[in-house]
Amino acid sequence: MSERDRLPRLESAGLDGWLVRLFARIDEANLPWLAALTRRCEAAFGDTLVDLVPSYTTLLVVFDPLQLSPDKARCRLVELLTDLAPDDEQAAAGEVHELPTWYDPSVGPDLERVAAHAGLSVEQVIDCHSQGVYRVFALGFVPGFAFMGLLDERLATPRLETPRRRVPLGSVAITGRQTAAYPMQTPGGWNLLGRTSARLFDRDREGFSLLQVGDRVRFVPVDRDTLQRQGGDVTPIEEAR
Amino acid sequence: MGSNYTVISFRVLHPGPLALLQDAGRFGARRLGVTQGGPADLNAWAWANRLAGNAWGTPALEVTFGGLELEVARDLALAVAGADLGATLDGDPLPLWTRVTAREGQRLAFASPQAGLRAYLAVAGGFVAEPVLGSCACVVREGLGGHDGRGRPLAEGDELRAAPAEPFSASPEVPGEAQPDYRADCRLALLPGAQIADFHGGSLYAAFNASWEVDDRADRMGVRLTGPVLRCRIDSLISEGLGLGAVQVPPDGQPIVLLNDRQTIGGYPRLGALTPLAASRLAQCVPGQRVRLAAQSPERALADYRRFRRQFD
Repeated sequence: MSERDRLPRLESAGLDGWLVRLFARIDEANLPWLAALTRRCEAAFGDTLVDLVPSYTTLLVVFDPLQLSPDKARCRLVELLTDLAPDDEQAAAGEVHELPTWYDPSVGPDLERVAAHAGLSVEQVIDCHSQGVYRVFALGFVPGFAFMGLLDERLATPRLETPRRRVPLGSVAITGRQTAAYPMQTPGGWNLLGRTSARLFDRDREGFSLLQVGDRVRFVPVDRDTLQRQGGDVTPIEEAR
Repeated sequence: MGSNYTVISFRVLHPGPLALLQDAGRFGARRLGVTQGGPADLNAWAWANRLAGNAWGTPALEVTFGGLELEVARDLALAVAGADLGATLDGDPLPLWTRVTAREGQRLAFASPQAGLRAYLAVAGGFVAEPVLGSCACVVREGLGGHDGRGRPLAEGDELRAAPAEPFSASPEVPGEAQPDYRADCRLALLPGAQIADFHGGSLYAAFNASWEVDDRADRMGVRLTGPVLRCRIDSLISEGLGLGAVQVPPDGQPIVLLNDRQTIGGYPRLGALTPLAASRLAQCVPGQRVRLAAQSPERALADYRRFRRQFD
């Protein structure tokens, strides 16, 4: 193993940032380590901390270069890493979010495609997707968009070759071994399975995003009427791509 | 701000293609997938505010391409810095990088780009808007911030509110050496990092020696550069946090420099990141303009940035 491949490693992310690379692979076991480092950075950087961006295997630490030089920030991070221990308590805590989801071809037009790819029936796809408890590995793409996994290997389906120009708000989707729900209408290339009524990003809610890195999530099948009663949008997707 | 009292400073007669209210940016929410926003050209934005006697971070209006026409709603002092968009006050050319007094009823109009792309309008007292997640930086893609909090660009009939101006002593002009020539070819300082060691040797040579053309695929999320194809041993990575100015290279080998409204995480290999001032300079480049990438040491970049910021203390 060369020097460059050794982990953890600090990589320059510009004048005001260091990227801490902790792991090489996506794994639920990464989460307690990332949670611990996040907490330590908040405590150690205090007012000089500008932002933290956790993702699957990394933590981007953004600091104020007027108060702290990149060198000093680096030293601080090296100290934090020397005796880092996983924060199992925080990782184990946290409720399981249940997202009511109407699985139906009218709002989940890729159910058939996923079923065909997996060699399963549509019912089996729905069962398989809704039985998993997923972890939030990262938020990104748009506010409140949580990248969750890991999806049952059988459902792993590649992205659409041509992304949809409009994926409706609340769409529940998969690609590879990841799943997500769209907090707002955006373009998107993931396979759509259904629609949730959960409000994923709400500027008037404490914390703004329903889901945070490390959270656990289940998709709970409901019927059309239930979704509508809960404020979900049951309008069929327009298939003009 | 000591008082919540605000007054209408401008009414929008014609919005033009894109006019956005921007404070210094939205910080502390990137873990929710919320991007930074803020002025694409930090330098011009800061000088406009400085001329208007406003503290660092005060919202100013970012006018892209021109086309904006405003009616001045009360007597006030204003300043426009940044791109020359052919701004006029009641038809007379408006001096840039200079504080100007405007009277109620006058018409401030921006025409089209003569040099640079983005002009910044600041008003004495400072524009005021309701912050969202701690900032009124306007990010259209996210529907956050701006004059109405909903991430909307200015529209016809909108009113811009400002705090009443307090007496101040800032100089009415920006020193000439601080006013960039946006038409000149430029060297963009880049801090090497990230996956730079995974690029092929010839590609690294090309990255720092070729002349790059600014593509028309350019917006507040990022600016694409076209030139020699850069080859990296890695096609894609597990998505990770992206800083301002990050230079990512997708599989087509043509770099994209990420600006203020970039996605918070991404998975293309990167050469490193432009310095904040280099990212600002790039934001003023028009499609077809030539730029070069020049590796810079963090020490030098830090000294430059601190010197820049000291002017606004």
